[in-house]
Amino acid sequence: MTHQINWEFPQALEDEAIYILRETAAQFEKPVLLFSGGKDSITLVRLAQKAFYPGKVPFALLHVDTGHNFPETIQFRDWLVNNLGLDLIVRNVQDSIDQGKVQEETGKYASRNALQTVTLLDAIEEGKFDACIGGARRDEEKARAKERIFSVRDEFGQWNAKMQRPELFDILNGKINIGENVRVFPISNWTELDVWNYIRREKLEIPSIYFAHEREIIERDGLYWPYSSYLNTTADEVPFRQKVRFRTVGDMTCTAAVLSEADKLEDIIAEIMEAKISERGARIDDKRSEAAMEKRKQAGYF
Amino acid sequence: MEVLRIATSGSVDDGKSTLIGRLLYDTNSIPQDKMEALHAASKRKGLDFTDLSLLTDGLVAEREQGITIDVAHIYFSTPTRKYIIADTPGHIEYTRNMVTGASNAQVSLILIDARKGIVEQTHRHFFIANLLRIPYLVVCVNKMDLVEYNEARFNQIVEDFQQLLASADFKGQEVKFIPISSLYGENVATRTGSINWYQGPTLLDYLEQVSFDHEDSRHPARFPIQSVIRPRTTEYHDFRGFAGKVASGHFNVGDEIISLPSGQKSRIKTIEQFEKQLSTAHARESVVITLEDEIDSSRGNMLVKTGNVPEQRKEITANLCWMDQQKLVNGKTYLLQHGINRVKARVQQIHFVIDVTSNQHIDGKVEMGLNDIGNVTLKTAQPVFADIYAENPANGAFILIDEFNNTTVAVGTLI
Repeated sequence: MTHQINWEFPQALEDEAIYILRETAAQFEKPVLLFSGGKDSITLVRLAQKAFYPGKVPFALLHVDTGHNFPETIQFRDWLVNNLGLDLIVRNVQDSIDQGKVQEETGKYASRNALQTVTLLDAIEEGKFDACIGGARRDEEKARAKERIFSVRDEFGQWNAKMQRPELFDILNGKINIGENVRVFPISNWTELDVWNYIRREKLEIPSIYFAHEREIIERDGLYWPYSSYLNTTADEVPFRQKVRFRTVGDMTCTAAVLSEADKLEDIIAEIMEAKISERGARIDDKRSEAAMEKRKQAGYF
Repeated sequence: MEVLRIATSGSVDDGKSTLIGRLLYDTNSIPQDKMEALHAASKRKGLDFTDLSLLTDGLVAEREQGITIDVAHIYFSTPTRKYIIADTPGHIEYTRNMVTGASNAQVSLILIDARKGIVEQTHRHFFIANLLRIPYLVVCVNKMDLVEYNEARFNQIVEDFQQLLASADFKGQEVKFIPISSLYGENVATRTGSINWYQGPTLLDYLEQVSFDHEDSRHPARFPIQSVIRPRTTEYHDFRGFAGKVASGHFNVGDEIISLPSGQKSRIKTIEQFEKQLSTAHARESVVITLEDEIDSSRGNMLVKTGNVPEQRKEITANLCWMDQQKLVNGKTYLLQHGINRVKARVQQIHFVIDVTSNQHIDGKVEMGLNDIGNVTLKTAQPVFADIYAENPANGAFILIDEFNNTTVAVGTLI
């Protein structure tokens, strides 16, 4: 069935997100914005810029670099922070590997996605960040649908689904005990379409891999994987060139491409509305089990 | 595009999750891969139909027990509206979650199993929706397929529900009754023709035409200051703006305002939204307000218009819903957070606890337990600029925070 596309961004969502960001800056001593280079964190940066204008964004961006990022994402990240005059902190998963805190996965499904949790938790501790602002949305996944806007984590970064604080009206309680920190999700109530419509309305730049481009890929388990030196391939997995784009920005080892000709924002949005596969369906890390996301969240995953 | 927030409530097995699944399904909001996962999961459970309830029961514990234990948020949109559903469980032990889900809703959706009629949980749901003054109430009489789509059965339930309405404190709710079958999709988003005696709108048609609460214009103007923006850059050297979200009413450039608690007066010089200059800030808009005069205001203060100033209260009487395992103790000090403003508060007296299924007051209580709703008086250390909830809901609610473990332990509405 064909969808009628609504190009209008619901303004109430921006007002709500700005309110949340201002509460975060006011209620916490040292917030930080978790930046992945993906469209959701780009949206957060825009919201932060608007929330404190004409003042400066009162917190830094933290990027946990797995070392397996798309080069286009890193280029974009550096361009963005320069252009907007933001502070950027980068922490590397490679360092956690070198320190022996985590071990590289092996086999053809090896990815550093699970490893980055350790690097993130170390960075939070080192930077004494009491609030980490993230671009997670409740529509992405069903365990996320239950997460609060101010989501309290214990000192191991763990999320306890059964012990969540109630959130009433728009009243946000950011009081925490020593050792705890809070994950803040200002765009909790946005859907994927809302984010795209916002990017369109605000005329935001996004990394080029979101648009259709030709690249080397392999086919595995019915999904198109970007071919790179980070991906462990078997002999029969021969890379070929194909016009594709990415719906999310993750690691090159765990983000599948979709066949696409969409090279304009409008085409991307139209494609999403017609899409037969949901957004996280192209995230290989979620496919591991039905409860994959909830388990990772309990372990402190973002 | 407008956003409509709906709170659903229902008993464990009255088909609430199926109804939501049905709404998503009929508005094409379920992507193909999720649909396939749903088919497969249903098959694994030995079901001969696709269990749409599996879409929303998100947590492992819930999938195991087959119940919903927290507030889940579900999103769908039509060409005209974006919908946010807060799906809350109906068990008595989850009253606090129901209150949480209902606190942001414009529509309360109450489900009744056509075979069972009004049950204890229906009373509780209705009580909470009424207490929080949710403007629209949709009563869906579900599982009509299991009573042969019988009109008399539906009418009986409507009549029973009218009695509930008659006993309610707040009479201003618009109430709509719709006979549905969420399993077969009857009257959810479409008609299948099984209920030809019902001429009214389907659930979705009804939601699409619910008119938005524009009575904000009659609510007093309230602007809680979240922070003061002072860039101190060359370009904005003398800029001093108050950042916040309009809680209620509206403000215009040129309006005379009073800053609370200082009582200092000034006029609005500009209303700014990033690089845009606005002439009016409406309710729920996040803006920055600058004033003609340098006045001393900071976070937690409130800008209001002259001529409609809230009472500065140090004693508050409220309906309180207790949400914590540890009981409310008479005489104990908590932190009271009204909007963004925190003050110390002590519980002076518990007047009575309400039996939400019979609407009876139980006097002589000295404590309140998890999921109790009662009537209390609190004394605050500093004045609070709150309105009576019935007169201005957006400025009439607060939470209580435990000073020792920092948890949110209660929500209250001023009376």
